[in-house]
Formats: sequence, C-alpha cells, structure tokens
Amino acid sequence: MGVEFMHERETKNYSNAPMNKSNMNRRILIDKVAKMLFLSSTLFALLVLGVLLYRIGTQSIGWLDLDFLTGKLSIFPEKAGIYGVLLGSVWLMLVVTPITLIIGVSTAIYLEEYATKGRLQTFIKTNISNLAGVPSVIFGLLGLTVFGRLFGLGSSILAGGLTMSLLILPIVVVASQEAIRAVPGFLRDASYAMGATKWVTIRTVILPVAIPGILTGSILALSRAIGETAPLVVLGVPTLILKVPTSVMDDFSALPIQIYYWTLDTVLTPEYANLAAATIVVLLMVLFLMNSTAIIIRNKFQRRY
Amino acid sequence: MTNPINANNDDKNIIFDVKDLNLWYGNDKALKGLDFQIKENDVTAIIGPSGCGKSTFIKTLNRMVELIPSVKITGEILYNGTNIFDKSLRVEELRSRVGMVFQKPNPFPKSIFENVVYGPKIHGIRDKRKLMEITETSLKRAALWDEVKDRLNDNAYGLSGGQQQRLCLARALAMEPEVLLMDEPTSALDPIATAKIEELIMELKKEYTIVIVTHSMQQAARISDKTAFFLMGELIEVDKTQKIFTTPRDKRTEDYVTGRFG
Repeated sequence: MGVEFMHERETKNYSNAPMNKSNMNRRILIDKVAKMLFLSSTLFALLVLGVLLYRIGTQSIGWLDLDFLTGKLSIFPEKAGIYGVLLGSVWLMLVVTPITLIIGVSTAIYLEEYATKGRLQTFIKTNISNLAGVPSVIFGLLGLTVFGRLFGLGSSILAGGLTMSLLILPIVVVASQEAIRAVPGFLRDASYAMGATKWVTIRTVILPVAIPGILTGSILALSRAIGETAPLVVLGVPTLILKVPTSVMDDFSALPIQIYYWTLDTVLTPEYANLAAATIVVLLMVLFLMNSTAIIIRNKFQRRY
Repeated sequence: MTNPINANNDDKNIIFDVKDLNLWYGNDKALKGLDFQIKENDVTAIIGPSGCGKSTFIKTLNRMVELIPSVKITGEILYNGTNIFDKSLRVEELRSRVGMVFQKPNPFPKSIFENVVYGPKIHGIRDKRKLMEITETSLKRAALWDEVKDRLNDNAYGLSGGQQQRLCLARALAMEPEVLLMDEPTSALDPIATAKIEELIMELKKEYTIVIVTHSMQQAARISDKTAFFLMGELIEVDKTQKIFTTPRDKRTEDYVTGRFG
C-alpha cells in the first residue's frame, strides 16, 4: 500500500546567519549607479533618434507640402513629387497584406492546432524561426530568381509584393502561432466537450481570442515590409518611374527605394537630399500610423477572461 | 475481493457499461482494468485521493482524454450498448449527448446568451426565437435565469465564479444531453455557490444521469446515489453511497472514507 507519503522534510534554518548591514550604503550606491546606467542607455537611444528626426525635419522644411505628395517624379528637384512612389508602396501593401495574412495565419493554425506534435512539426517550426532571421537581401535574390525571372514577372508590383510576402511570412507565422498558443486550453476544452469539431472550435473560439495578437504581430511585420529596401533593389526596381502604377503588373517604385536613389544622387544634385528627407518624413509617418493602429487594436481587445 | 459489478444490482437501465478499461499516459498506466456500470438517473460520485485516476476516468466517458497526446486506451465502454471507441459513433455525437462541466468555470469570452447557445448553434439551430427559448429553459434549469435575464448580452466574465459555473452548466444543458459529467465542479467555488450547485444536481438527476468527480466526501455523501472509490488507477469498490460510507467491504475504502488517509 503506497498511500502514506510522509516525506522527511529537510529544514534549513537561516535565522542564525548574521545579517550583514555594514555594506548597506554600498548596496544602495550600486543600485543608484545601475539605475543611472540604464537611464543613460535609454537616453542615448532617444538622443540619436532626436538628432535624426531634427536633421530630417529641418531638411524637409519647405519641401514637404501638398504638391510634393500629389506630384509626379521629376529629375528637377523643384517639380518632383512622390505621388507615384506613395502609390507604389500602397500597391505593394495591397499585395503583401492578403498573401501574408492568409498564408501566415493558415500555417500558424495548422502548426498549432492540426499538426501532430512530432519531429516533423518541430523541424518545420525551427526552420520558420530560422527563416525569420534570414537577411532581406537573400529574399530579394530568391524573388529575383523565382518571381522575376522564372515566372517572368520582372520588377512588377506583383514580383515585389510576392518577394516582400516571403520576407515577412515567417514573422507573421511566428506571431500568429504565439497568439494562438496564448488562447487558454480550457476554452478549447469547453468547445470540444460540446461536440464541436476542430474547425468550429478554431473559427468560433480560438480565432476571436487570438485575432488581436495576430493583427498586432502582422501589422508590425507589414511595417517592416513597407520600409524594406534591399529586396526591391535586388529585384531591379527602376530608378525613375514617371508613370503612376495602375495594376499589379506595372513597374513601380516605393518610398524606401526612392529615398535610396535620391540619396545616391546628392553629389550631382544637392537638393535631392531635401527630397529624400521629405520622403523619410512621409515614410516615418506611415510607419507611425501603422504601429499606432497595432497598439490601438491591442488595447481595444484586452484579454477579457 | 468481491466483484464490484454485482454490487449495485437494480433494475435501472445501464447507460455506461465499462469493460476492462485500461489507459496509459505514455508508459504510465493511469486506469487499470476498470469494470463497472453507470445506471440511468443515478448520481454516481467518484472519490479517491489525488492522482487516483478519477478525472482521467470521467474524461474517458466523453473521450476528452484523447485530446492529451500519448494517451492509449484498451477495453471498451458501451454507451447505450454502443462502444464509444467504435468508428460508427462519431466523437462529436458522443460529446453532444454526454455533456461536461469542468473544475474551473470556463465560459467563453462572449455574451451570456452566446455562451448558452454555443452548443445548439454549432449543431445547426439558427432560428433566433428557438435559440432564445433554449437560453431561457437552460438558464432556468441552471437556476441562473433570474440573475441574468436582464443582461443576456453582457460578457460572461462579468459574472461571479459561482454564476459562471452555473452558466457552464446551462451551456451543457442547452445541448439537451442524456448524461452530465462533472469534474470537481465546486472545487473552485465558495460554500454558498457550492450549495447552489449541489441543490441543482439533486434537481437535475430527475432528468439526467450524472457522474461527478469530487474531492469532498461530504459532497459525495450528500448528493450521490452510488459511490465509486478509486485508488491508484483501480476501482476498489462501487456501491450504494450509504453502504460505502457506513459498511464498505474493502478495508482501503473504509480507511479513506473515515479520513485515515487521502
């Protein structure tokens, strides 16, 4: 009969240890130093950001206006506008968002809810995490080879969008997996115990709870895509596009690309630096908007269980 | 030891007929050769020390235990004559007829109304008036209607723990099951909420067959007709509750119910 589990409990008595109060002052001092150290690290980062914003802000003054936002590209700095470029970025997002959301969330659902826990699943998960760390220029090369050359999409919006999708898919998958995993098991149990199928449980219980987390992660991933330059450069996105894109098969330029090219040409035309600064301000505003949306979504759907 | 199957002979219908049920978690054997019957409209209490397999057993009755990876089961459980592990009985159907209430109240983060109609909705009832009817009946049966009738659209997480547990009961009842499985349904509740749930069980046994796992022997004594005593994965004894608590046949049962261990 193994029912009497009387464990001999090892008891340690610390009360006899002499309390060392002599170095109290020293410990408090160390605490203060540590605080200053961490504070100064934070301030350093803020300072760098501040300098950057100040430089860009002053450079863009007088250049960033409505005409700049609605005008077409031009080799003459005074006439140049980024309407086409802005639209290029919007088009790019229109391709990237549905692809990454559909494929990314579906993959996450499969891995978390359907896939049997085993070696294959661990292998897939590890590789997705690894993919999230692959440099973007490599995704650019992949995009160039597969979408640009093999599928003959050239440097169109579709080719760029597919490449960007590949780049951020791992991030979306990992973020969605975490959001799905955070749904408490007792909610799944409640649903299954009423005879719900897996899909019904996913649709009616898991996704509604996980969606804020999924959206937050996805928006942050998308804001990475909108700021990425390297994959598009490798894909061969043209320098000067005078035509405003009207379909996914059109050539295009995007905000970070334009910043890159204008910065390259400042030696010949110094005013391009101002144009680049103004474009950076626009890009930062777009990023700021997207990140705010993510925060708002996260706060609006605070966990209620 | 006398055969526990013969201990509760009466003329009620057999709802669950458990035959030589064994269950492993990986290499650990959690249920060892269980044989017993659960009769219609009985409240069967399952008692035993922690880790004796009570929860595992009750979760086997609606196959929820299979959600845990690495579970292996042999033997059979006949539910109204059909083996629940048989391919012909879909697990979704079994679970829609064998409702379950869990240890911790687990309403969905949805409105009270949406919680109650969750089951009927997934099983195809769409008519709004019908759903409203089901909500009222179920909440009344769970003695919650008067407390929530004016705020059916409020989030279920605004309710107290005891109310949440009765909501979970109403949610299970809305499926119109035959059997209610309750896995320590009052262990997270205060004494007043516990008394309410116990009252409800007494009321519900007229219409349902109830299997309840409980840590509290007083609870088992108060509300059950039959009591099964589990120890380390084995069914030691099952009999009329009164008999288990007054004149058990097994020494170990006696030791447990008199509080000598556990």
